[in-house]
Amino acid sequence: MAQELVFFKYIDDPNQHKIDTYIEHGGYQAIQKVLKDFKPPDVIAKVKESGVRGRGGAGFPAGLKWSFVPQNTGKPIYLACNGDESEPGTCKDRVIMENDPHMLIEGIMICCYAINAHHAFIYIRGEFAFPAARVEGAVNEAYAKGYLGKNIFNSGFDLDVVVHTGGGAYICGEETALLSSLEGSRGNSRIRPPFPAVSGLYKCPTVINNVETLSSLPSIFNNGIEWYRSHGTEKSPGTKIFSLSGNVNKPGNYEVDLGTPLSYVINELGGGMQDGHKLKAIIPGGSSTPLLMPDQIDTPLDYESMAAAGSMLGSGAIIVIDERCCMVWALMKLINFYAHESCGRCTPCREGTAWLKQLINRIENGEGQQGDIELILDACDNIIGRTICPLGDAAVMPTRSFIKHFRDEFEYHIEHKTCKVKTDYPFV
Amino acid sequence: MILKESTIKEIKTRMVRYPSRRSAILPALTAAYRQVGHLNNAVYKEISRVIEIPYVEIAEAATFYTMFPKHEVGKYLIQVCHNISCSLRGADNMLLYLQEKLGIKMGETTPDNLFTLISVECLGGCSAAPMMQINQDYYEDLTREKIDNILADLRAKADEEGK
Repeated sequence: MAQELVFFKYIDDPNQHKIDTYIEHGGYQAIQKVLKDFKPPDVIAKVKESGVRGRGGAGFPAGLKWSFVPQNTGKPIYLACNGDESEPGTCKDRVIMENDPHMLIEGIMICCYAINAHHAFIYIRGEFAFPAARVEGAVNEAYAKGYLGKNIFNSGFDLDVVVHTGGGAYICGEETALLSSLEGSRGNSRIRPPFPAVSGLYKCPTVINNVETLSSLPSIFNNGIEWYRSHGTEKSPGTKIFSLSGNVNKPGNYEVDLGTPLSYVINELGGGMQDGHKLKAIIPGGSSTPLLMPDQIDTPLDYESMAAAGSMLGSGAIIVIDERCCMVWALMKLINFYAHESCGRCTPCREGTAWLKQLINRIENGEGQQGDIELILDACDNIIGRTICPLGDAAVMPTRSFIKHFRDEFEYHIEHKTCKVKTDYPFV
Repeated sequence: MILKESTIKEIKTRMVRYPSRRSAILPALTAAYRQVGHLNNAVYKEISRVIEIPYVEIAEAATFYTMFPKHEVGKYLIQVCHNISCSLRGADNMLLYLQEKLGIKMGETTPDNLFTLISVECLGGCSAAPMMQINQDYYEDLTREKIDNILADLRAKADEEGK
């Protein structure tokens, strides 16, 4: 299965992050074409037609999101590019930012022209010092060439792009928390409505798009809708980067057409199970997505098929778990994360994730009591759907799924005060 | 004064890129952290003067963001990812190895003030696990041998700089 690459086309060129190399490889042609031949509403129409969906996790159609921005408020319109990539298992945006930052900048230009924004912010998680430096270097190069700033490509269109780094908070990848953080506040999420498209950054209309989503735009305008839709499926067009991690022989970031079977990524690209170990379960779309079991390994990697299989495509972070893993231990790792990362603003999430953490840790530590599993599920019922943002749901989904598929391991833990499977992954 | 002229200059350069001065809080905290190595009330007060935002708002924001240590740490802050992808590749045992190698427990600093060891949530290096961050740099696909070399190199670098 040969794959035509978009994001990784020049992944092996060590100079791809430099503007001259990017231009040599056909870069900044798409934005010039867009500025010359398209009116902003036509760009939105074209992006709608392409069917490109948000690559941050939700899969919302990008063109539709842009069309929600009111053009008559008299307020400035902003674009916030989400590069806060923090969902455990996810490390794909980083590859674009490090290796092909101009592709992202060109995508930002196209989006800003379409929505009539003259100011874009790239929010990058604070720990990503190197990717942020790469993106900032690229932004500076683009300014030096006159590609950013006033009257870009003599079109009369002005655009400023600012690189902004975070402070180590997963929640800031949630769109409203990202805006709070960008405004200089604690990263608390906000109640919707109003939606950011109407009242976002500095209470102005704002579009928030993921790095990978924006980076796919130049290829769409260079190669056309038909070409783009020849990749992927009818409802999930295009290619996507999948971050493969865990117990496989060759973990890595792999770009494939949406709709590619999960088994192809794990067995062909990832070289199969690590040292011949046995597949136990797969977290297919980042740590918040429900488990897939070994008999579901051929599920196509697209939004619809993953939903039909009872999980989510999410951010495309495939975490492979083998038979050496105690599932109570694994869930503890996930829940400790969500309890730590809850912003604390709403009670069901703040208290609920703390309860989940306490209960799951005590089971793992051999102090579990009869009724703990029911108590965990009860806490889940009181979190899901009751929070300001999806972080609470993100803690509940894996919890329910782990208990559904591996309830015997939780019960064994409570009864015998120890693991059914003793986890001890070696470090050599 | 704690903040150097170059740090203040960087903060001011970044500040003017935003429609609101308040947005400069995180960039200012980042610049200060990279210079000082940690943040505290004295730093917030200086930032407050530079960007002309009340001290309490700086402190309010800073205490939310766990990436910035709020007390003094060693010259090299070792942050090991302990989340799922790294754990499936031996992060628990890597943490034991680091503690043994440095002769300290989690959260402690070596007596020579060179290394502080902590574990943190996912750093986005999942496909190159196990991994760790030391100050601003990522170290990935780690093995015992790589850790030995990394620590030796940092010790040599510190010696050269006369600490």
